[in-house]
Amino acid sequence: MVKVPVSDKEGSSVMENGGYSDYQLVRHFRSVLEEVTKGDRGNYDELVGYLHPKKNLNPDEVAILVTTLRALSGAVCCIDPNHHESLLFAVSRMSLWNYGTEVMDALLELIISLAASNGKYIDWCLEMLVKHFVPPFYLIDSLNNENGIDRKNKVLSRVHAALKEIADLVPLAPLRLCPIVVQNMPNVFSKEREIVIYFENMFKLEGGAIGEIVGATILPALVDRLLELDVEIGWDGILQEDSRGIFDMELEDIIKLADEDDNCHNMPQSELLNRKNLQGNQVVEKLDSLIVLALLHLESCQSSGRLTEVFDVLLPSFQKTVLNAYKSKFTQFVMFYACALDPEGCGVKFAMVLADMFASDLNPPITRMSAVAYLASYLSRAKFLSAALVTTIIQSLVDLCYAYCKFRDSDLNPRAHQVFYSGCQAIMYIMCFRMKSLMDVPRLKLQLLNMPMEAIWKHKLSPLKVCLPTVVVEFLRQAKAAKLFMASESFVFDDMLESDLSKAFGGMDRLDMFFPFDPCLLKKSESYIRPHFVRWSKVRTTYDEDDDDIGEVSDSGSEVSDDDFVDTNTRDMIDDDLMVTVEDLDFNPDLNKMSITPKNSLKYGRMPARIRPSTSPESL
Amino acid sequence: MEWLKVSKANLTVYIHPSKSNQVSKAVLRELSSLLFTFSEIVGGVVLAYDVNSLDTCAKILPGVHPYLGVKLKANLLLFCPKPNTLLEGKVVKLTQESIHVVVLGFSAAIITEKDIREEFVCKTKKGQEVYASRSNKRHVIKVGTMIRFLVKSFDEEILHICGSLIPDHTGSIYWLDKNLEVVSHADRSEKKKRIEPERIMLEQGAVDGELSNLDIVQKRTNAKRQKHWEES
Repeated sequence: MVKVPVSDKEGSSVMENGGYSDYQLVRHFRSVLEEVTKGDRGNYDELVGYLHPKKNLNPDEVAILVTTLRALSGAVCCIDPNHHESLLFAVSRMSLWNYGTEVMDALLELIISLAASNGKYIDWCLEMLVKHFVPPFYLIDSLNNENGIDRKNKVLSRVHAALKEIADLVPLAPLRLCPIVVQNMPNVFSKEREIVIYFENMFKLEGGAIGEIVGATILPALVDRLLELDVEIGWDGILQEDSRGIFDMELEDIIKLADEDDNCHNMPQSELLNRKNLQGNQVVEKLDSLIVLALLHLESCQSSGRLTEVFDVLLPSFQKTVLNAYKSKFTQFVMFYACALDPEGCGVKFAMVLADMFASDLNPPITRMSAVAYLASYLSRAKFLSAALVTTIIQSLVDLCYAYCKFRDSDLNPRAHQVFYSGCQAIMYIMCFRMKSLMDVPRLKLQLLNMPMEAIWKHKLSPLKVCLPTVVVEFLRQAKAAKLFMASESFVFDDMLESDLSKAFGGMDRLDMFFPFDPCLLKKSESYIRPHFVRWSKVRTTYDEDDDDIGEVSDSGSEVSDDDFVDTNTRDMIDDDLMVTVEDLDFNPDLNKMSITPKNSLKYGRMPARIRPSTSPESL
Repeated sequence: MEWLKVSKANLTVYIHPSKSNQVSKAVLRELSSLLFTFSEIVGGVVLAYDVNSLDTCAKILPGVHPYLGVKLKANLLLFCPKPNTLLEGKVVKLTQESIHVVVLGFSAAIITEKDIREEFVCKTKKGQEVYASRSNKRHVIKVGTMIRFLVKSFDEEILHICGSLIPDHTGSIYWLDKNLEVVSHADRSEKKKRIEPERIMLEQGAVDGELSNLDIVQKRTNAKRQKHWEES
């Protein structure tokens, strides 16, 4: 160690560190740093030498390193980025992951002192801390064992404590931290473990003391990264085939999956096939793990009572990115789960916001169509929403559609009236899932019967001819059984289907076939979603006579219990969820074989029903 | 309080055409982007704004993107610390090498050892480091103390302040005010001495960072007169 001159005054203080007090060392380091500006670099270079990373430090070397770092913390005011570049570089190469707790603490003390000493270093220090979110590549694999987990906890708890301390000393630091965290986020091609541990840190940051400030930036960035992974998986092309009759084919296709593992017992074959296709796909597995992290974070937010705040950040982010992303497949389940955790608050708000987006003329048509597709799928699939809320939303959709067609005398034109048709399809889709449960409640039944639905269906714009035939057929079948259209003497809607038109109103993006909350194909995430999710096989339909005796809905109508969707017949065992999402997903575990180019789906044209992917509404 | 002032500003905010259906919201968003950043135009850090009047006519800029130029008048609350002026802040960390202060809850300031006058020595009391005056035992600076210090420099990008405790009229605000009071009103009763410091602190917090002796005397006289009025 460099020789430290001791004056009489300093000599009287407590002696430590081999005869010198901390204060004397600090004074000495200051003079060493100041000498550099005068051209004397001898002691300085020796000092920098102590900081260069070495493997297998012996106890003496550790002691010297700790002492050097501590003394530097006291001398930070003399560090000048122009003259002491090599010192800063040496410090930046040090990794907390490589040292014991003593060196860790000393290094963090130096970083905190640097951050607070001068505005110039704040970004440098924050970046250095953020770099520690992920261990060096050679340590990543060791995180599975006990030592690895212990080391991870030691490093990360210290890093987050240091960020908190810097935020206390420099209150605006969190604002500078946000872009640094977002910029350092691993990209979609990073290893799963790397991206997962980084996400863990981001969630920890969001749930920590400075979460209130950084959350507004970090959460949308997280959702965007999920979405990037989501679109990386890619829908394989746009279906061009006629969907007529597919609903029936799907029903024929049900088999009992007795030999599958427990989790898959009640899964329709098509879903299982697609899930199997997903296995081995690294992007899918990454996304699955990250979504599970997000769901767990939402749970922790709920238990700490800040779910509403987090949801208020997530919602605009969803509106901006996820909603407009081309057929996002999985990311939206984060919103779904947040709603499930707080049905009265978040759940209702989500539905209302989507309904408002659809209603607002200010939004472009594609956004409105997407919003109503989300709304329809959400209301159909969310087990936790009350029947009263569903009826209210149906009422508002019907009113909007009725007001639209009331003053239009033109004939059907799918492209010109695409928003209208998407609204009509949403109404029918929701009714397919909910009609039975709503009709069982006298008050809601009356409300449904009073809606001017029949006028919409009979209008010259002919929504029944334009909307997706599978949805229309199912809706008409249920409506007939429920005697929804009592006003008409005879049931006049037969033979109104012209399915080709639905492609036209859906546009290139085929929004007519977009049902965002169709069963989630991600294995781990799905287990969280399942308890809150309605499968088509569990839906009681109005024409299903056998179900009438089972689980009568209470007259209150205020809430739809789980029983509304519980079907005790054998369908439990052979869940016939007609996979919508799945139909045109052609997941291929081999990334190289993935294509975003639309495929000519006519190749499926002659496939037997058993292996042929269903067409929409897969969800039915 | 010269480092905190209200400015009336005539501004033109340029709104992107896509926001033309919600101009007032877009204007507020643009103004919000000024918050907590140093603006050379207004010569300080904007802490708050209050739009007084919004021109109903907007000028459309010619060009590829026809931005709307909306004129408005606003009151801006500015934080503009100048070198060699006094600032006040709360001590958040104290070491032998430096005192860390936060001003108005958002701006970080540091006073390094060389900028602390020799009167102060760093001691450890009950496991906590404090700076205590050699000449006045009660003049102590510790974590949580509100101090008055001189601005040496202000980093406009990071809003980081370098401060100094060299001048005699810097240090713990509580002690400085009390000390001034003791010097000028040595004859006051014990009871009044206990009450007055609080009153002075409040007035000083609300009115100005630096109160002269004269100000305090004037205020105390006013308070006394008021009391007489109430009694009579």
